[in-house]
Amino acid sequence: MTKSELVDKIVEANGMLSRKESEMAVNIVFDSMGEALQKGEKVEIRGFGSFTIRERGAREARNPKSGAVVNIPAKKVPFFKTGKELRERVDNL
Amino acid sequence: MTKADIVERIYEKVGFSKKESAELVELVFDIIKSTLEKGDKIKIAGFGNFVVKEKADRRGRNPQTGEEITISARKILTFKPSQVLKASINN
Repeated sequence: MTKSELVDKIVEANGMLSRKESEMAVNIVFDSMGEALQKGEKVEIRGFGSFTIRERGAREARNPKSGAVVNIPAKKVPFFKTGKELRERVDNL
Repeated sequence: MTKADIVERIYEKVGFSKKESAELVELVFDIIKSTLEKGDKIKIAGFGNFVVKEKADRRGRNPQTGEEITISARKILTFKPSQVLKASINN
């Protein structure tokens, strides 16, 4: 399901909402989570999961084609931990 | 940031009541959860993809006792952040 299909589903489920409003709401949900992560904040959605920033140290790697050593600088990556309810539902427990 | 902060943002920016905003946020996550429960993926451009993956049986060890155990096959949810999100986090 893409974002646009999610927007449509919401309109179907809530008869009071225009597509435009549904789209705005979905954009706000993901934009605000993205902005929080940018600021290094943790995002915690009960029943769904939590997003945190993990730091990856600098490392040396190799270009697999040329074999040349490349220095990969330290970076931050977003990490998602599935919440208990969703983890069980996905596994159909 | 929690669901309450997202509700607040929708209340401020879209002009729905607090109650409507809260119901809307709840609905967004409910639809996402039931889609994933069916094994379908969720693709959010600019944010990332949520994909259900099947894991086969594997051998593991109880780290406390050293005893060998079989970790049963299961389905797990993975999140792959989009390039846009990864780049924005590293500005």
